[in-house]
Amino acid sequence: MMLSVENLTVYYERIKALHGVGFNIDEGEIVCIIGANGAGKSTTLRAVSRMIPAAQGSKITFQGENLLKYPADKVVSVLGISHVPEGRRLFGNLTVFENLKLAAFARKDKHAVEKDIERVFSIFPRLQERIGQKSGTLSGGEQQMLAIGRAFISGRRMMLLDEPSMGLAPLLMMNVFEALKEINAEGATILLVEQNARLALQFAKRGYVLENGSVVLEGSSKSLLENEDVKKAYLGG
Amino acid sequence: MVFFFQNLVNALQWGSFYALIALGYSMVYGILMLFNFAHGDIFMVGAYIGFGVATGLTMLAAAGTLAIPNWMILVLTIIISMFLTSFVGILVERVGYRPLRDAPRASAAITGLMIGIMLETGNLILLGAQRVRFPTLIDSATYNIGGVFVTNKKIMIVIVSIGLMIALHQFVQRTKYGMAMRAMAFDYVVIPLMGVPINLIAAMTFAIGSALAAAAGILFGVAYPVLDPYMGIVFGWKAFVAAILGGRGSILGATLAGFLLGFIEIFVAMIFPSTLRDLIAYSIILVILAVRPHGFFGEPYSAKLRL
Repeated sequence: MMLSVENLTVYYERIKALHGVGFNIDEGEIVCIIGANGAGKSTTLRAVSRMIPAAQGSKITFQGENLLKYPADKVVSVLGISHVPEGRRLFGNLTVFENLKLAAFARKDKHAVEKDIERVFSIFPRLQERIGQKSGTLSGGEQQMLAIGRAFISGRRMMLLDEPSMGLAPLLMMNVFEALKEINAEGATILLVEQNARLALQFAKRGYVLENGSVVLEGSSKSLLENEDVKKAYLGG
Repeated sequence: MVFFFQNLVNALQWGSFYALIALGYSMVYGILMLFNFAHGDIFMVGAYIGFGVATGLTMLAAAGTLAIPNWMILVLTIIISMFLTSFVGILVERVGYRPLRDAPRASAAITGLMIGIMLETGNLILLGAQRVRFPTLIDSATYNIGGVFVTNKKIMIVIVSIGLMIALHQFVQRTKYGMAMRAMAFDYVVIPLMGVPINLIAAMTFAIGSALAAAAGILFGVAYPVLDPYMGIVFGWKAFVAAILGGRGSILGATLAGFLLGFIEIFVAMIFPSTLRDLIAYSIILVILAVRPHGFFGEPYSAKLRL
């Protein structure tokens, strides 16, 4: 087991957002978490990447180590877990190239970084065409590519993706997911959060269904796609 | 015309002081979204550290332990004091601001005011109420350039200031730390997701701003050698005005606004009685801000403070 999350509880101010969420991921897997708006999907990712504190009693283990003892930047630079946040959150005042370079901030292996940047450009040739452009001027699809490219460079033992399909036209969306498959085939384990449940379940091998801050269902994508409740609630009947 | 250039030289000198201090204000505001109201007092502390270093080095030179000329003492004083004062900035960030990073901005702002008062009174306790005299390190020389009188000190002050500003610009544009600072100014919440330690960049921002304020303090001490514990207050406020006028986090903006402030003050005093100087000068600034509320290079932004 690569990542194991047990009894993950998160509070926003006084409001409990996650009620003891548990799931686990094996190395090399693609796993998705689906659920409605506000179910706690993004919150789960934020807690794993240590952007928000997990309440006492929560347990997150990554490759046998207690993940909760690492601050957010070390989760990326030491454990190699990157997080593509909701809304991408690129540095719009920096160029495409600078965004990629910044993702390598903590890395000492200069040559490998150069190679990784080249690899990002081979996966997303569009980014190379825009290399010197401020990332704030990119189209939505290009921004998503850059956000994924940035994560690829900062740490890719595991990538946490928050709604990569958001705001993308269907064709672009397929491009992005094809690229993610490629990245996964090269060894990155992927945890994906999606509102677009059908897309997520087609892409991932396994899934968890989150409702009001708790996991209510889990299983192979196939079984979830065929589940009547899932069909009714998330797949449009 | 000669009159104009004479005032221009003075304006450049005062603009240098304002700009150097404004840079620290602007960087901290841009990157950490907080007003470091203790910054004027860090300028004062920098001047006093400079006074201590310069006095010490002068004594060593007089005793023959250190055989270096006075100008070399000045160079060493600037470098050593910038280095030492940067730690004052790091300390202020660590004990004053870091615990309040997610607190309401008003709390962080009054922290700055309180730290400022602590630095002022701390200085009073340490050195007493007496003013101290910055040692004379370069002998004044006045050159007559086409009727305009320029002193070697003024030339030195302007050149050193502009040199530091160029160095800062290069640092911010060309190094990875500078890149992280620019990124953090845009969106500081997601900075850790890039593997960048946010505390390191915050400390570095304070260190650089404080070092620049120290340089300003020493240059001020060279030009006006009497220091007192409250010298930072007025300078702090004026530099703060320049930082806002320049636009949030804009280095070029803070620099230009610092110089503009110097120009407006000097030229208002040239035309009107000097008692009206600040009244008229800052009325002009008010009008500029009314027209450009985000300052010269500031962009309207929506702060995203949560992920």
